[in-house]
Amino acid sequence: MSILINKNTKVICQGFTGRQGTFHSEQSIQYGTKLVGGITPGKGGQIHLGLPVFNSVEEAKKETDADATVIYVPPKFAANSILEASNAGIEIIVCITEGIPILEMLEVKKTIKENKSILIGPNCPGIITPDECKIGIMPANIHKRGKIGIISKSGTLTYEAVHQTTSIGYGQSTCIGIGGDPIKGINFIECLSMFEKDPETEGIILVGEIGGTDEELAAEYIKNKIKKPVVAYIAGVTAPAGKRMGHAGAIISGNSGTAISKIDALEKAGVLIAHSPAQMGDAMREALGN
Amino acid sequence: MNLHEYQSKKLLKSYQIDIPNGQIISSQIPDSIKLHLKKNTAFVFKSQIHAGGRGKSGGVELINNLKDAEDFISNQLGSKLKTYQNLPHGQPVNKILVEEKIAIERELYFSILIDRQTESIIILCSTEGGTEIEDTAKKNENLIFKEYISVGEFPTEQQINNLSKKLKISIETYLEFKNFLQNAFKLFLEKDLSLMEVNPLIISKNNKIVALDCKISLDDNALFKHETLRDSFDWSQVDEKEAEAHRAGLNYIALEGTIGCMVNGAGLAMATMDLIKHSGGLPANFLDVGGGASAETVSKAFKILLSDKNVRVVLVNIFGGIMRCDLIADGIVSAIKDVGIKIPIVVRLEGTNVEIGKKILDQSKLNITSADSLSDAAKQAVLFSKA
Repeated sequence: MSILINKNTKVICQGFTGRQGTFHSEQSIQYGTKLVGGITPGKGGQIHLGLPVFNSVEEAKKETDADATVIYVPPKFAANSILEASNAGIEIIVCITEGIPILEMLEVKKTIKENKSILIGPNCPGIITPDECKIGIMPANIHKRGKIGIISKSGTLTYEAVHQTTSIGYGQSTCIGIGGDPIKGINFIECLSMFEKDPETEGIILVGEIGGTDEELAAEYIKNKIKKPVVAYIAGVTAPAGKRMGHAGAIISGNSGTAISKIDALEKAGVLIAHSPAQMGDAMREALGN
Repeated sequence: MNLHEYQSKKLLKSYQIDIPNGQIISSQIPDSIKLHLKKNTAFVFKSQIHAGGRGKSGGVELINNLKDAEDFISNQLGSKLKTYQNLPHGQPVNKILVEEKIAIERELYFSILIDRQTESIIILCSTEGGTEIEDTAKKNENLIFKEYISVGEFPTEQQINNLSKKLKISIETYLEFKNFLQNAFKLFLEKDLSLMEVNPLIISKNNKIVALDCKISLDDNALFKHETLRDSFDWSQVDEKEAEAHRAGLNYIALEGTIGCMVNGAGLAMATMDLIKHSGGLPANFLDVGGGASAETVSKAFKILLSDKNVRVVLVNIFGGIMRCDLIADGIVSAIKDVGIKIPIVVRLEGTNVEIGKKILDQSKLNITSADSLSDAAKQAVLFSKA
């Protein structure tokens, strides 16, 4: 088992014929992902990487019955691409694009809530269930099928967590990069809940970073709902306080948002903290009692 | 992206929001103002920097004679103004805003920003305008009034009424307050702001609503829609190395330590800094070279790191994902040769083709230490930094 995606997940790619879309689609196909086509407006009817190109997500959905889409569209158009996918009834939308205007993301969130689509990202490496389905830009070869679920706000730190859990032989059930943007799709809590229910997942690694209150909220949820061992690493303990303008940010966030506040909340929820990014694997070994 | 006060006020004015009459000066006091000063008319002199706390640091003064005005100008212009929000280096004052003095009846606090948690736009107000607003918020949350507005909607009559009541706006000023709020909200949406703070928003003795001070930040991701505003950014307010890094497409923040860091990915870059401190050293910077760490970007990054004279060792930490480690190693070697680096370099590579990458580094005969692991890299760098 795994969460969200598996070997049967049918995937399409938005921005399919672009440089990024082409490169990562090739990698995904090579990995064994069931990529069934792609979208580039104006290029419908063509064949790219041996797969059909469609003009719209609606058309692609009708022809391929895809479950998931991955978006490599430039930031100017990415919010529209998410909306298009959601309105076409695609269940899982993975947005790799970085730099979407925040007001556009607010609109996106409103629509995907109404349509009940699941958005992963934006500004994230994507999601992978090792040996079955890779949607995104993560390097395939560091993964190994196994028992650890990974949820991370940071791309390269996800790779660290993956690499370490592979090295000690645990492997991963599913790894999700949720992205670090202030307004994003699924968050720690939704992923935690799915991993808790997944029989293959025995332990969960959560990688967070300073800013926002996602980690504090996750801690509250873990305390009440999660029985499986959780390890967390929070980046930014030594980050300098950002140069800031005005008072509004401080008024609204109070004392939350710092690494200390997050670590404190997670520890109180029974989460084992990895104090160094090199110790996520070891901490998981300890948490599992091995 | 931050704007100066005078730029923010220009925007407010273009949205029919009242601001004090003023003039921006960058060298001499214009004759028109001199004339008034000679007659002892009071003006507010405000140094323009991208930080708050100016008043408490001597950057804002009420002046009513020519001598004091000339002293203020010669002290402030060209100097670096340090406030609690921009320590330790401060920011240069290149412009001073001179404004008429307004008779104040009451000082309010007003801001609009995006609330992550409710994923909506939030209007924050308080009757306690002024510099102590953060303390007020901590001590007495009841004095901070909030209204949430879902995207695609505008503040309703009810919401405006609520705020107006809580702010004790009089009947005579209500319409003006309503116009102010609606115009401010429109500006926030149309210019893709991430923050608009008017503090204080004042009610003048003659019942006018005036924005006495204003801070505006634009959403960096939306700057492509606002080219004129984007081009008005004052780069002098940013550390020189940070500005250069920005032009090279790198994400760099200067710090005080001795270990230069070059990392791919913001999270890993922060984690590397944490690890250096954990191992007893001090990072000289935060630097994210991004996903595609090419020889060219690595070379530029080295140049920026080395322009910081405190740097005694450079720690390169790259998790080669899509980009293969052998290509990254080639990039590092050619960058070091290109830049001519004399200080030690510690490199930690991980990912695809890592063995070939390490071999390239070892065989380069350059002053490179190839670390075995993340912890090892940090330890080695700390040792070099103290040698």
